[in-house]
Amino acid sequence: MQHDQDSTSTLLEQVNHALNHAIPLCIQGSNSKAFLGRSVAGEVLDTRCHSGIVSYDPTELVISARAGTTLTEIEEVLEAAGQMLPCEPPHMGHGATLGGAVAAGLSGPRRPWSGSVRDFVLGTRVITGRGKHLRFGGEVMKNVAGYDLSRLMAGSFGCLGVLTEVSLKVLPKPRECLSLRLEMDVHEALSELAEWGQQPIPISAACYDGHALHLRLEGGEGSVQASRQRLGGEEIDSAFWQDLREHRHAFFDNTTPLWRLSLPNNTAPLDLPGTQLIDWGGAQRWLKSNAEGELIHRVVMELGGHATLYSNGPNPFPPLTQPLLRYHQRLKSQLDPLGIFNPGRMYAEV
Amino acid sequence: MNILYDERLDGVLPKVDKAALVTELQQLLPDLEILHTQEELTPYECDGLSVYRTAPLLVALPERLEQVEELLKLCYRRKVPVVARGAGTGLSGGALPLEQGVLLVMARFNRIIEVDPNGRFARVQPGVRNLAISHAAAPYGLYYAPDPSSQIACTIGGNVAENAGGVHCLKYGLTVHNLLKLDILTVEGEKMTLGADALDAPGFDLLALFTGSEGMLGIITEVTVKLLPKPQVAKVLMASFDSVEKAGRAVGNIIAAGIIPGGLEMMDNLSIRAVEDFIHAGYPVDAEAILLCELDGVEADVQDDCDRVKEVLETAGATEVRLARDEAERVKFWAGRKNAFPAVGRISPDYYCMDGTIPRRELPGVLKGIADLSEEYGLRVANVFHAGDGNMHPLILFDANQPGELERAEALGGKILELCVKVGGSITGEHGVGREKINQMCAQFNSDELTLFHAVKAAFDPSGLLNPGKNIPTLHRCAEFGAMHIHHGQLPFPELERF
Repeated sequence: MQHDQDSTSTLLEQVNHALNHAIPLCIQGSNSKAFLGRSVAGEVLDTRCHSGIVSYDPTELVISARAGTTLTEIEEVLEAAGQMLPCEPPHMGHGATLGGAVAAGLSGPRRPWSGSVRDFVLGTRVITGRGKHLRFGGEVMKNVAGYDLSRLMAGSFGCLGVLTEVSLKVLPKPRECLSLRLEMDVHEALSELAEWGQQPIPISAACYDGHALHLRLEGGEGSVQASRQRLGGEEIDSAFWQDLREHRHAFFDNTTPLWRLSLPNNTAPLDLPGTQLIDWGGAQRWLKSNAEGELIHRVVMELGGHATLYSNGPNPFPPLTQPLLRYHQRLKSQLDPLGIFNPGRMYAEV
Repeated sequence: MNILYDERLDGVLPKVDKAALVTELQQLLPDLEILHTQEELTPYECDGLSVYRTAPLLVALPERLEQVEELLKLCYRRKVPVVARGAGTGLSGGALPLEQGVLLVMARFNRIIEVDPNGRFARVQPGVRNLAISHAAAPYGLYYAPDPSSQIACTIGGNVAENAGGVHCLKYGLTVHNLLKLDILTVEGEKMTLGADALDAPGFDLLALFTGSEGMLGIITEVTVKLLPKPQVAKVLMASFDSVEKAGRAVGNIIAAGIIPGGLEMMDNLSIRAVEDFIHAGYPVDAEAILLCELDGVEADVQDDCDRVKEVLETAGATEVRLARDEAERVKFWAGRKNAFPAVGRISPDYYCMDGTIPRRELPGVLKGIADLSEEYGLRVANVFHAGDGNMHPLILFDANQPGELERAEALGGKILELCVKVGGSITGEHGVGREKINQMCAQFNSDELTLFHAVKAAFDPSGLLNPGKNIPTLHRCAEFGAMHIHHGQLPFPELERF
């Protein structure tokens, strides 16, 4: 793919053509997140032609890049300046783009402590359902002028417009990073996590894989070393977290349907058929199960969470109740009146 | 261009038959407290931006959710505009009443429903005060991070509506970063939950959209906030500089050193002197600027960071760097900053607080621009910043009893905000647009962008009954605003009413 190419006019032309002829568009970058959500029948709008970092000033803690820029490129540039995307968006494949990462809204292991992709979005440029290229938010940390359309775009799977550029807040990498493995059972792991969560321990990732609790400690040397002494366990390679984020852990390595369960962090171990892996200190649980979707949705919803099937079934996302669904439809029809942007990607009705 | 609701520029409002509305409300909700006589309404004429005043049609003070629900249904049926309000501490006129509208005061919903230390969240009613949440969480070693300076009085419902900030935003985020869930009532009086007890919820991120929407999309009835463990220690460094530029550069250097301070504040000489006169915080009155840098976290790290920051500050040319000796001195250093507004209030009959944000690197240029504008308009400006996140609070000093000074202050304020937009910033970092900055929205957004905002509004409130005239200007207003700018040398607000 070409680097640093401004293809605004090409993208705008394609959207306006689609608007004029009411052609649905299937917006994609490298297609690395295609496994998630419903499939879209439409003309492909490939954002990879629109790429490159537009501005990055480490002392401002902001990076702005075109939607087709690869996450890898962004991560490399940040790394060189000793900074990072704290939300650790998963790539899930080669060539994952910034636009796709923001549109999918997925975050990595640091999410409960650092915030989600949406939390780091400061501004966006968007091609709208009226065929205009507009700017919302900006490159400043605080900005409450107008509605927060930038953060609304995060996780909307391209259903509300075409993201062409995103400005993200970035942070310095912690001075010290160390990962631990502590053998214990799941009940003990969850109750320890609940207790540690109320204390100033520099935990930045916590996963229970069925055998042991894995922790990442990040901060200054003093706090990391003190916590390491206190917690005990054996030190492991921090590459564990990248493998977890990219679903390369052995847990994911079979063909049983994969579910993502988003739950209140202090939810007790779940009684569902299949195997489970706990991430996000308890707030995100992965389930490998052949159980009926209806059962899984119901159990998780009763606990105050929701379940997502990680594949392209007819209804991978949890059902929206009324009046939420109605307001999703209204918002969609206001922002994308002709329904050309990824129609049905999240819900058949939206 | 009058800032008060102007049907010619802001859209025609439905005519409301007050007597019939009061009668129907009393019949429908006999136990709902309603204020509707002139003397009862006067205290509700304004929010924290007291230069703008309008008596509402009536004030409703509900205590039960069903009352709010019924009231909204009735207002929807009768086409009566509704302005929601918490404690009324907002600084942009976001809760400024409408002559033709109901002022819905949510302050009596002041119950903390639940504090869950294991789940690290608190579920509260919208009228709960910001600081009360941290007080309730304190026994568990937890707190609610966003701390707007009005935190003793302001309500969490208002914080959500404005996406309130504070002095610790760079590290701990704004209100939007510290929320899990909102219960709201739609304009039609229908209940809806946004977000979840989990970290995310299915569908579009309506929680983010509603945060900071200034009461334009729905009425907040319950808020679930995240709680954080209280930092073990906090230390404050105060650095003096002989130029504002050097202080500005030092801010960038601290961040370049890989340190994110809990708080990083800057004050200029006029603010320093005003504060020192008032609070005796021990500020150096001859410094051109001071930086207050708070480092918080685990003790060992904080000590380490203090040493690093001290070195950075000295290298950046600080004439003096002082570490608060103890907790008492730390509190004193902060007391100065937190009382900067009232301190400036003592040296001038009136002051007007602005709220622009800029990329930090633009600070020297913008300060120069503000100084030039200050001279041009003949009004002093004291500068107080959340330097870490580029949020400036220039305070324009004026005397409302001098004919023309309020108008000049407003015109100067408008120019400062436009300058912020010009360098890539925003007209409001944390106070909101409200009514105050409705015209400056025309400088920050073009008509296509404003049209999209109106589309969002139409999805939730197609008849425009929730807080009309705030946050997003009509295209008509912007057309007038643009035309106005052509007349150089004329004050932009010649016919503004005086209060």
